[in-house]
Amino acid sequence: MLLINCPWCGERDETEFSYGGEAGIVRPENPEILSDEEWGDYLFMRKNTKGVFTEQWNHSSGCRQWFLVKRDTVTYKIIDSYKFDRSDSENKGSK
Amino acid sequence: MKNKYSALSLIKNAFTNNKNWKPAIKNAEPKKSYDAIIVGGGGHGLATAFYLAKNHGIKNIAVVEKGWIGGGNTARNTTIVRSNYLWTEASLLYEKSLKLWEGLSREINFNVMFSQRGVYNLGHTLQDMRDIERRVSANRLNGIDAEVVNAEQIKKEIPYINTSSSARYPILGASLQKRAGVARHDAVAWGFARAASDLGVDIIQQCEVTDIIKSNNQIHGIETSKGRIESNKVGLVVAGHASVLAAMANLRLPLESHPLQAYVSEPLKPVLDTVVMSNAVHGYISQSDKGELVIGAGIDPYIGYGQKGSFCTIEHCMQAIMELFPYFSRVRMLRQWGGIVDVSPDACPIISKTPINGLYLNCGWGTGGFKATPGSGWVFAHTLANDEPHQLNAPFSLERFSTGALIDEHGAAAVAH
Ligand SMILES: Cc1cc2nc3c(=O)[nH]c(=O)nc-3n(C[C@H](O)[C@H](O)[C@H](O)COP(=O)(O)OP(=O)(O)OC[C@H]3O[C@@H](n4cnc5c(N)ncnc54)[C@H](O)[C@@H]3O)c2cc1C
Ligand SMILES: [Zn+2]
Repeated sequence: MLLINCPWCGERDETEFSYGGEAGIVRPENPEILSDEEWGDYLFMRKNTKGVFTEQWNHSSGCRQWFLVKRDTVTYKIIDSYKFDRSDSENKGSK
Repeated sequence: MKNKYSALSLIKNAFTNNKNWKPAIKNAEPKKSYDAIIVGGGGHGLATAFYLAKNHGIKNIAVVEKGWIGGGNTARNTTIVRSNYLWTEASLLYEKSLKLWEGLSREINFNVMFSQRGVYNLGHTLQDMRDIERRVSANRLNGIDAEVVNAEQIKKEIPYINTSSSARYPILGASLQKRAGVARHDAVAWGFARAASDLGVDIIQQCEVTDIIKSNNQIHGIETSKGRIESNKVGLVVAGHASVLAAMANLRLPLESHPLQAYVSEPLKPVLDTVVMSNAVHGYISQSDKGELVIGAGIDPYIGYGQKGSFCTIEHCMQAIMELFPYFSRVRMLRQWGGIVDVSPDACPIISKTPINGLYLNCGWGTGGFKATPGSGWVFAHTLANDEPHQLNAPFSLERFSTGALIDEHGAAAVAH
């Protein structure tokens, strides 16, 4: 079971959280100028990283805030968890 | 067959103390090049190699497996086989597979212990029952056996199930597919491997693919832990690792790999002679020939390549089983494990050509591909051999994620396995 550190509330059981998947997916500003492939890429294509991965979690049974977690998807070890506004290069939208 | 199994061969070998059995599978080392390479020695990869050799006359084939054959999801799953999906595209694909299951032990001369003991998909609410009516009607229009049964009929067939109306989630009825059932997962991998090996397919174990070689949008082969192997046709059939392998060819996939766990109890005397699944309380159960209860539920929510999941998922699943079978409350659980399932946005597989010539994908089976093993191999072999999908797998293309022609089986097919 994961022990997740909510940046607002501290460490809590995984059961208090819900998962929000890959972080840094930015909604295209002008969908109407995209090709079907580009729009499909935004909607469906995912990194699905094996290794260190930045993902979103929501403290849904707690403070209900969204935040970011850096986690190894093989060992499940959580490396870091932080708010969206941390000025951090990791935190920028990525593709 | 070099080593045909039969009642007579059993008797003959008994007289020589079973010392004269030949190895069932030739363990091959890689040759320099092949007409086709299948990456991934799970059931789907091995079935693909078998049907390529048998139906399409391609004999110079390698199956490249990083661990041992059938060590992935194939030998980690709870073996439910059925074809009662909602949409025509999906139900025809799974039904093709079910028909192949019905003759499989004979076809590959290996007892896969396919047992058509029936599968019940329970309904607990009025809306569940409406969905069941709709799915059963759709199945019948597609020529697939299906019926709706009520709580009384369920109780009669499954005496230990709790059909009391005072249950928290009362059972109102179910869909029943009588031709559905279970099979022996290891036997499926071994049987296809042996049959393919007999047709000259090289089965190369302990050989990890580390890169995909291509130039000018054409595949030329793979790099492996046993060196470079050339081929201008490569099929990726690696389940939870599909995104990792696709990335080697700079291809992005609409998949997320999740842990999916299963659980087995201590052996009991026969108590359950069918398969029971419930989407609403989210659990399913059958009993193995050894007497163990085989139990499973949903994926762990996060991306995970660790072949393990969280304890809260186990707890949730046990609660669901207790809701259905309070009688099992004191049964002790013996073993638990996880696999890595490649979940797609529409809960349907990708069996497809790719934008790269000579690269083919068979993935996205997620939590429910065991039932499709023979059918998946059959259509994928066709796709590789002809460089064109069969009409059964044409709708399962990678392009559907840009055209929008998804085949949404999420809620429709009851519990996803
Ligand atoms: C707990 C659990 C329960 C399930 N229950 C059911 C069920 O009841 N009914 C059902 O229909 N389905 C079920 N499934 C799903 C089913 O198991 C899978 O969809 C199916 O077995 C996938 O088969 P496969 O051959 O594609 O994958 P796998 O058997 O996983 O084979 C893929 C192979 O690729 C190999 N590989 C990966 N990377 C590399 C590399 N770089 N180089 C070489 N080889 C590589 C792996 O080692 C592996 O052996 C379940 C799955 C799990 C985990
Ligand atoms: Zn919080």
